[in-house]
Amino acid sequence: MSIRDRMSGNEAVSYAIRQVNPDVFPAFPITPSTEIPQMVSAYISNGEMDTEFIPVESEHSSMSATIGAAAAGARAMTATSSAGLALMWEELLLAASNRMPCVLALVNRTLSGPININCDHSDGMGARDTGWIQIYAENNQEAYDNYLQAFPIAEDERVHLPVMICQDGFITSHAVENIELLDDAVVRDFVGEYHPEEYLLNPGKPIAVGPYAVSNYGMEARKNQAIAMERSAEVILGVAKRFEKISGRSYGFFEEYRTGDADVVMVIMGSAAGTAKAACDMLRGRGRKAGVLKLRVFRPFPGREIAEALSHCRAVAILDRTESYNANGGPLGCEIMAAMYKKKLRVEATNYIYGLAGRDFTVEDAAAVFEEQFDCIENGKELEQYRYIGLR
Amino acid sequence: MRTDVSKINERSSHTGLTEGLMVFAGGTAEQFPTGEWRTMTPVIDWVKCKQCLLCAPVCPDSSIPVEDGKRGEFDLDHCKGCGICVKSCPFDAIVMKEGR
Repeated sequence: MSIRDRMSGNEAVSYAIRQVNPDVFPAFPITPSTEIPQMVSAYISNGEMDTEFIPVESEHSSMSATIGAAAAGARAMTATSSAGLALMWEELLLAASNRMPCVLALVNRTLSGPININCDHSDGMGARDTGWIQIYAENNQEAYDNYLQAFPIAEDERVHLPVMICQDGFITSHAVENIELLDDAVVRDFVGEYHPEEYLLNPGKPIAVGPYAVSNYGMEARKNQAIAMERSAEVILGVAKRFEKISGRSYGFFEEYRTGDADVVMVIMGSAAGTAKAACDMLRGRGRKAGVLKLRVFRPFPGREIAEALSHCRAVAILDRTESYNANGGPLGCEIMAAMYKKKLRVEATNYIYGLAGRDFTVEDAAAVFEEQFDCIENGKELEQYRYIGLR
Repeated sequence: MRTDVSKINERSSHTGLTEGLMVFAGGTAEQFPTGEWRTMTPVIDWVKCKQCLLCAPVCPDSSIPVEDGKRGEFDLDHCKGCGICVKSCPFDAIVMKEGR
């Protein structure tokens, strides 16, 4: 039996954390993710869960303590945003390379400068090559559902990699929406007890975690890590199938919204996908065949599957909520275009940058992008390949 | 998942290595001769040595073996030549010589 409620994204993730009841949660507060450790602390104080909460002195420490706890054999997690994630940079790579199945609840916020607390994806995208699995949510429901699937993915023996569950700062984290929650017992049965085979606090069976490796070993270790990331794709789909059985909600690498016969597809990630869908409906009302591909799993990057999904349309608008400063486009733009090239797909593709530092991205903005794409395929309008939406 | 370190070497394929290069075994450092890093080598004068054993516990590499209450020759497979034993000896029984 699902429970109908209304919650913000932070409340939803905190509720999921209470249900999973991980062993250790070290955290340091930072806007807009502060509510997560705050709400979890309240659950702990009220005796509703028995997680060991560690109030650390920085995010460098919160990720270090998460790794230490995971190495010791605990189910461990933390939460952060923006500069907090940036301060974890070194440890993010350690968590992944030491193959720690821990979880990070990321509430996406821009990175300085200019200093700003609002949403964009520069924090998560900055960590895109740290070896973490990254799953993005459109709304509070998906943030909740994705969190519940995080540990089963991370702890699968084919994976043993950390998982970052991302939701848009303020837009998702603080906006209250309807949500369907699962029963505690159903969640606990789904996530299961954590019984690692090898761990540090295991008397009589010593292990060494993160030993020094000379050049003769480093390359092979990284190959193994890359293989685990590749293998995580099938695990992510398997866990989603299992999750569908308990929730009725189905998840894949991405969601295709009205793409079946679409001439123009907008690829977008996070809360703005809802805006894109509304614009898509508006365009359909005007007789335009528009569609939306909402990316959920960014790491591992489902390049082949995305290219396959885009192979029947005539133009693609790829929207990035971050600036890569590479003079070549945003991360989604670059990676999706590369995936299209590998599939020898000749489809018009334009990369747009939107919503930086919390800039509004409206249904009208999204509709204008669609209209411009139709102008391109119907009237041959030349489009700049890499441009900003709503720039003054 | 226990690791037989003797089966892993610099020619092992990636499929032969452990996850995250973790070592699922204890005390494996003994199998790796790290004494080759040494540029100075301790030499003991057994006439001056009184077997006080002040040197053994201060050795950071456990390279001064003690058996039946008496210290033995240096374990030069693991001694890095730091010279801490020289400083700890009240009888000037240990000196450092140049080279391995």
